[in-house]
Parts: sequence; C-alpha cells; structure tokens
Amino acid sequence: MRTASATMAAALAAAAILMSCPPADAAGTVKIGILWPLTGNAAAAGQASKAAAEVAADIVNNKHPELADLPLAATEGLPNQGGAKLELTFVDHQGNPSLAQQLATRLITQDAVHVLLGAYQSSCSFTATAVAERYGIPFMVGESAALNITGRGFKWVFRSTPIASDYAATYMRFFDDLKKEGKKIASIAVVNENTDYGTSVADSIEVAAKKNNLPVAIRIPYSASSTDVTAQVLQLKEKQPDVVIFISYTSDSILYMKAMKNLDYMPPMVIGDDTGFSDPSFIPAVADIAQGAMNRSAWDIGKPGSTTYKINEMYKAKTGRDLDDTSGRNMQGFLVLADALNRAGSTEPEKIRDALAKTDLKPEQLMMGYNGVKFDATGQNTLASTYLIQLRDKQYQLVWPEKAATTKLDWPMKGWKQ
Amino acid sequence: MLLAQVIVGGLLLGAIYALFSSGLTLIWGMMNFINFAHGEFVMLGMYVALLVVVWLGGGPATFGFAAAFALFVLGVIVYASLIRHVMRGPMLAQILSTFGLALLLRYTAFWIFSANFVSLPQVSLSGTLNVGGILMPVPQLVAGVAAIALTLGLHLLLTRTTVGSQLLAVAEDRNAAMLMGIRPDRMQALAWGLAAGSAGIAGALMAVSYPWSPSVGETFGLTAFVVVTLGGFGSVPGAMYAGLIIGLIQALSAYWLGPIYKDIVVYALFAALLWLRPQGLMGKA
Repeated sequence: MRTASATMAAALAAAAILMSCPPADAAGTVKIGILWPLTGNAAAAGQASKAAAEVAADIVNNKHPELADLPLAATEGLPNQGGAKLELTFVDHQGNPSLAQQLATRLITQDAVHVLLGAYQSSCSFTATAVAERYGIPFMVGESAALNITGRGFKWVFRSTPIASDYAATYMRFFDDLKKEGKKIASIAVVNENTDYGTSVADSIEVAAKKNNLPVAIRIPYSASSTDVTAQVLQLKEKQPDVVIFISYTSDSILYMKAMKNLDYMPPMVIGDDTGFSDPSFIPAVADIAQGAMNRSAWDIGKPGSTTYKINEMYKAKTGRDLDDTSGRNMQGFLVLADALNRAGSTEPEKIRDALAKTDLKPEQLMMGYNGVKFDATGQNTLASTYLIQLRDKQYQLVWPEKAATTKLDWPMKGWKQ
Repeated sequence: MLLAQVIVGGLLLGAIYALFSSGLTLIWGMMNFINFAHGEFVMLGMYVALLVVVWLGGGPATFGFAAAFALFVLGVIVYASLIRHVMRGPMLAQILSTFGLALLLRYTAFWIFSANFVSLPQVSLSGTLNVGGILMPVPQLVAGVAAIALTLGLHLLLTRTTVGSQLLAVAEDRNAAMLMGIRPDRMQALAWGLAAGSAGIAGALMAVSYPWSPSVGETFGLTAFVVVTLGGFGSVPGAMYAGLIIGLIQALSAYWLGPIYKDIVVYALFAALLWLRPQGLMGKA
C-alpha cells in the first residue's frame, strides 16, 4: 500500500513538474495560486488580504521606482525570468480545512500554478500545505500562527510571519527593556480564550516567562462566549500583576475592559495579543476606558513619504481603508515569494524551492517590521518579529521597539482616568 | 468580601436570565409549544435598543420600552402569521417552524447589521456603586432589579388579573374557555406578545453592559431552555428561581474552579436535578 501511494505521489509530482516545466516565455506569466476565506466568518480578513495581494502584484508587475527599497518594485515583472508577469488565481476555502485541501489539489493539478500562498486560518494552512508537500509545489504561509504548520519535516513549506513563540519572545524583550528603565515588572498574568489560538499563544508566553525568570502570577483560560467576567477580573485584582496579557477575541476583550472599569481594577499595563484588540469594534466600544492599552502589530503606516506610507496610499485608493496587520503580513509573504521566483530564474519547483531556502531579505527591503526574512530548515522565518503599539485617543501608535517608535510609551496606562 | 462580590455578580446576571426565560416558559405553559426563536427575540431587543439610542437618544427607560413594544408587536405578528397555522400541523412542523424562524431572524440580522460586534454608546447609565466594599456597576444593578421586578410583574399579571385568568383558562381548557366567551386566539396572541416583549426588554437591559453580534441569540436561547427546564416548564416563579440559581452557580464555579469549568458544573447539576426531579423545581408532576 505504502509503495503504491508513494509511486502514485511520485507520478503525480512528475506530472506536476511536466505541466509546469516550460519556463516562462517572452510574454510569460508565473502563476500564483492563493487560498483565502473569501466568504464565511473570516471573509473580511480574506477580502482585505486579497486586495493587498493585488496591490503587491501591481508593485511587482509594473514599474514603481518610488518604492525602490522593495525588491522588484522598480522593474517590470520578474527580470530574471524575462520580465514574466505574476498571474494570481484566488480560491475561496470558506475557512473549511477539507475544502482548502481540495482547492490546493485543484490549483496544482488543473490550474497548474507554480507556487501557492495562503491560507489565513491555521487549520486550513495545515491541510493545504500537506497537499503542496505531496505534489512538491512551494507553499508560502503568510499569516497563520499555529506552531504545527512548520516543523512537520516538510521540504516545500515556508512561513514568513512571526508565530506564537515569536510573539512570546517579543513580550519578554519588551519587559527586559522596561526593567532596564527601572520599571517594576515583578509578575505578569495571562488571560486566554481556550481554543487553539489562545491556548498556543498563552503556552508560549508561559514557557518564555519561565525561561526569563518572570513569575506568571495567574493564568486564566476562559471561553470567548462568556457573558460575565466579573470573577476573572476579581482574581486578577487579588493577584496584582504588573502586566496582564489578554489573548482574546472581540466581545470578550470588550467585556474585560468594561468589567475592569466597573470593578475599579487597573493594572499598570494591559497588553492585547492582536485579534480582539485589533477588531474594528474594539476602539469605538472602549477607547474612553482603555487609554494606553497595548497591542501588537508588525505593520506601521509610517511617516508621509516612506515606503510603507506609499503602499498604504495604494491600498487605500483601492479599498478606502488603511492596510492592517493581517493583510500586511499576507502581502509581505507574497513579496517574499515574488523575490524567490525572480531569483529562481525558472518556474521549475526545485529551483523555486532552492531560491526560497536561500532567501535573505534585510529589514529595509521589507514593508513589515520584521528583522529580515531568512528561513530555517523547517521553513520558518527566523527573523520574524513584531512591533508593539499603544492606544492613544482613538488610534494605536507605535511605541516599541524604541528605534522604530513614533510615540513615547505611556507607563502606566491611564485607562479611564484621563 | 471577594466571595460576596462574586455572589452579587452572579445574582445580577441570573436576574436577566430569569426575565428572558419567563417568556419561554409562558408560551410553553399557555400552549405546550416550544419556541426555538426565543434567543433571537432577545438579540432583536438588543438591536432595537441600539437603533433607538443612536437615532432618538434617551435612557434605559426609553429604549427598554421601545424594545419591549417592538418585540411585543413582532410576537403578535409571528403568532398570527405563523404559529396559528402550524399549531394545526404535526408536532414536528411546530418544532421546525420556530427553528426556521430562528434562522430567518438570525440571518436577516446578519444581512442588516453585519457580523461585527456592536455595543451601546455610553448611555446615561454608568458608574459603580460601592456598598460596603461590594462594587455594583449601575447598569447591571438597574438591569438586575428591573428584570426581577418585571418577572414578578408578569407573574402577578398571570395570577391576579382578569386577563391573567383568561390566559390561564385558555391554557387549561380551550373549549371550556370559548364557552365562557373568551377568544383563545386573542389570548394566545397576547401570550406571544408578552413572551417576545419580555425577551425584548431583557435584551435591551443586557445591551447596556454586553457587546453582541447577530449570533448572540444562540447562547441566550440555550440558557433560556436550561432555566425553563430547571424551573419547571410553564412556571414563571420557577424560571425566576432557576435563573438566579444558574447565574449564581456559573459565577461561583468560575471563581472556584476556573471559567472553563462553569458550564460543566451547571449542566452536571442540571442533569442531576432532572434525574431526581424531572418536572423541574416548581413544575407540576
């Protein structure tokens, strides 16, 4: 049985290679298959990322000398492939892992795409990457954070985004910086919603804190559909941690902020791990009682005239909105992929894979706040990191790391005390 | 002191459970009819409150009554256009009709209001009372007290007024009631109006302190079923006690064992109680 399936896989891989073998001709195109949830619960994120990918394709395919810091922006198409243009094929997996698997197969066998990008939900990335591995087609994971996507011994999967352990490490570096400034960080508390996302990030934070000899005063897992969080806030109040980290979805993060105000409990600092704190309804609901709350984001619009500012203008012209962290990380994944496609000089999967493995992008060549892009043997970007931002009035401002900061950190947070 | 605070929090939440569950139990008691769309009535009450605050302004009295009135009308319409007809059909049609209604209302809300979470803009109701060291958020306190008052009011309406007697008469024996000159159709429409109206005002009271999205009705609907079963089908005081007990158990188990265990505790006790007393706390065997 095993030999039969191995032969089958080999035959299919060979077929895939045969189909994709002819290098791009003069008017050639390189096909990128993209899997995102374009309908369903996470449709908003999928649609925003789709628009971001289209902007990225525009940057690569057309001349954009004003964005010369980014690889491939100043030129037209992929110079090493005879100016071949990128052609995008979007499919909608609706957040369904088995559909993601089917669509990945279809993109490879029927649409003959050269590389894949996706798939937002970690569960969908998990299944879709397994298909790419089987067919030997490079897959770039732009956004999904679950640890288990890389580290399965796969050869064809690469991930540019930071993951749970990177976020945990970022928080620890931030605390170290604060301690150097003489601020007291004697203990922290971790409050997490109890599905894959919250649990994996909270686990990583606990591990990192232990390594840094930082006591975790209390860890509170809870269900995101809670309608009352009084008891949890009272437990926090009793333990008096110096920082409370929330790994929460939307309604629960709002509920926590309101309950803290009602019970008159304000720790020196609250840090939200993206998600709920980045939801469009968070700021309108609690801006007046959560002043100074922190959040993470690898995206910052930057000063007028900067590369990121110009990218945001392009995105805004297309969608009417500012680019956000999620779509930004997906767009960065796209650009990393394009850079490797160009260096590969061919559409042969092996060559693209080798080029991806040799990727070495510097911070100034990126639109996101990573320290660079360089993949380890598992395909994970070892230089991925994130910024920390802080709520001021009705907007987040970049406050850490200091060299990138646009505003000075406010410590302790003001909350509702203006 | 911390324990006292947890208990107060649980009771305030339980009071709201009691109010929106009393509507469900009323319909069951009146008509032996299960309304799966009850949680959606609560959800619509929340959106009515939001629209009233955004368009007209005003305090909880304004949007509370607006939500009660709007849902009362909706309840009567649902009865006249749907329930009255499916009552003549088989049991399965009755169950599926309100299930379908629930989906219709939920997805209409998705279509109109989108899936994003919303919350009421700061209303006049805010601040926190400090009673001997126990902190009581004013919105929750007002909501809890109002909920208990309204639940008691509903109970008195059913037991102490002519209309109540007529409602109960129809529930007891439809034909005999008709012989006494009571029109069962009107009474049952009134029951649906009262049930939906109490769900609506409960929603409006909840909206003061909780953010929500159109799918919130699912959670509330489930809670209401547990409360009604625990309290005894058809008993308004039963729903009141059961609501308070469940709010209290949730708060205490979240405090002692951790929030992820609170539903396990509630449902385990619930199953145990049903085993000992299948008719519920106040239900008639």
